[in-house]
Amino acid sequence: MNFTRKLLNRETFIGLFIVSLGGLGSIALGIPILGFFLGPIIQQPKEVWRDVGPVDKFKVGSTVQVAFEYSGQLQWGGSTKYTSAWLRRDSGLQFTAFAVYCTHLGCPVHWLAEPEIFLCPCHGSVFNGNGTVVGGPAPRPLFKYDVRIQNSRVQIKTEPQPLVT
Amino acid sequence: MNAMVRIGEGVYGWLDERLGITGILKVTALHAVPRSVNWWYVFGSALVNIFIIQVVTGMFLAMVYIPSPDHAYQSLQLISHHQLLGNVLRGIHYWGASAMVLLIFIHMSAHFLTGSYKYPRELHWLTGSMLLILTIVMAFTGQLLRWNQDAYWAIVVGAEQAARTPFIGQWVAQLLMGGPNVGGETLSRFYAIHIWLVPAGIVTFITVHIYLVIYKGISEWPVPGKPVDPKTYWAEYQTILHEDGEPFFPNALWKDALFTVLVVTLVIVLAIVLGGQALGPQANPLVPANPKPDWYLIWYFAILAMVPPSSTPYVIILAPAVGFGLLFLFPLANKGERHPARRPWAVATVILAGFATATLVWVGYQEPWKPLLIGSQATVPTLKASSYRGLTPTQVLGAHLMSGEACLACHQIDNVGGHRGPDLTAVGDRLGPDQLTWRILRGGGGMPAFGNTLTPKKLTALVSYLETRKTAGGQTQAASGP
Repeated sequence: MNFTRKLLNRETFIGLFIVSLGGLGSIALGIPILGFFLGPIIQQPKEVWRDVGPVDKFKVGSTVQVAFEYSGQLQWGGSTKYTSAWLRRDSGLQFTAFAVYCTHLGCPVHWLAEPEIFLCPCHGSVFNGNGTVVGGPAPRPLFKYDVRIQNSRVQIKTEPQPLVT
Repeated sequence: MNAMVRIGEGVYGWLDERLGITGILKVTALHAVPRSVNWWYVFGSALVNIFIIQVVTGMFLAMVYIPSPDHAYQSLQLISHHQLLGNVLRGIHYWGASAMVLLIFIHMSAHFLTGSYKYPRELHWLTGSMLLILTIVMAFTGQLLRWNQDAYWAIVVGAEQAARTPFIGQWVAQLLMGGPNVGGETLSRFYAIHIWLVPAGIVTFITVHIYLVIYKGISEWPVPGKPVDPKTYWAEYQTILHEDGEPFFPNALWKDALFTVLVVTLVIVLAIVLGGQALGPQANPLVPANPKPDWYLIWYFAILAMVPPSSTPYVIILAPAVGFGLLFLFPLANKGERHPARRPWAVATVILAGFATATLVWVGYQEPWKPLLIGSQATVPTLKASSYRGLTPTQVLGAHLMSGEACLACHQIDNVGGHRGPDLTAVGDRLGPDQLTWRILRGGGGMPAFGNTLTPKKLTALVSYLETRKTAGGQTQAASGP
């Protein structure tokens, strides 16, 4: 009798009851809040093909910047709805699309047509025309997007921002 | 006059009966502090006051600012250039933020040097460390809200760094961006973090921090040869308060007040004279960018540029983890000497850290690792007319190619060009034609190989020009040669 009184008296019971109620309430509130917050990684938008122009627009051997819209973008994204890629026409119907993100820290690489190199403005990584690292801190070649030709038009497949993990 | 005093006393009495003002003042303004409290103790209250200014200016800026990617930049243009006193208010917010970052490091260093984090004030240090982290997060998220090129690419770079976290990197990065890319969802996320989430944390930790300062009292100025012993410290501290203590008001409080006023005045003067940080070009992933963080993060940017590439993942994740880990763990060493004269390692740490940070900020603005590309079109610099003097037609072509082949993005001639590679102003003194040809074709030491892209004619022209690059005596000779 004495033992039970000590272990679970009226005050302890009510105290535990209040704490449990608070805990239940926190869980009931926490699940929707956490779910909402984690939404972006749970609900991934579907990737789509984006048209970047007719095949004839691109000269064989040249690399130019093309812009396209990410998938699943909100209307109010403004200019940041878009991203760009460096598109090279390798031969007749063969295209390569390099992501602009430097593989070091993600800064936008810039194509210099004469020496045929990509230069990163942040920490000076250098890539050659094939996207291979030839200087600076970048750990791997430039990322590439899938490219296809549909009705004589060049299309690039959207992708989440390429991340070096 | 007597009537006024009577009315005043009456009002105070009425309020005091209902609010308990006297009781609150007794434990705050009148709580006993050691008489040795001096000018080294003024930074904390200045920080609290500046934080309040940040909250107030932030509230008013939020009345005009629009947290949407297609209008944020325009709303800041309005604030900066058209709104009455807009640039001053933005300036106060910006310089206030700068002051907060600077002062929190000074505040931390001062209490580190005087060993104030030792028993029984370890939690002061831990809550302060949380406030340090939250302040840095505020500084980072604040600069993003400008939604200019720097902001856009800072998020991209931030996400790339978060992605290096082991196992969950990709998720962390996408949570930051609010999706798989930086775009419509990203800005409102950072806005909420900047104006609600982090400030809520700061208010919470400041409250606990100040409560601790009152509950455990302000540390007395350390005396060399008088170590902290947790068994006896508290009784000794009570004796100090009893025998050599004084109320916080007025002798300590006036110093706090004066210092705060000085800092706030400086912030306002800077805001009026210089205004807010320049907005720069609008965020646009389709045009070349030259991103750079604000001064309070540029030291980190510099580190990332200079560490060996293979160590980058460790520097990004491991170094901050270890750094913050140490920050949180070292109050465990809560005994012993407090005075800096008896703690040479503490003094050395602060001096070294201060010196290193200042150097890194300086290097961060020099950016010697960076190829030089000019303007929004990112063009390579061109040689001065004087660099062409006395050249043959082939050499003139070579001089043209210095810009055309982007040599000058990384190399300098006659003070034109980047600093990434060696200065070529007098390269003819160091290297002969064969060596020059070899370097250009094969690259190496960070320089790309140009063997696959240069035509023989261009190569000859470049080498013939570079050969003329000699110190005064040599150059005339080369220029008048065949």
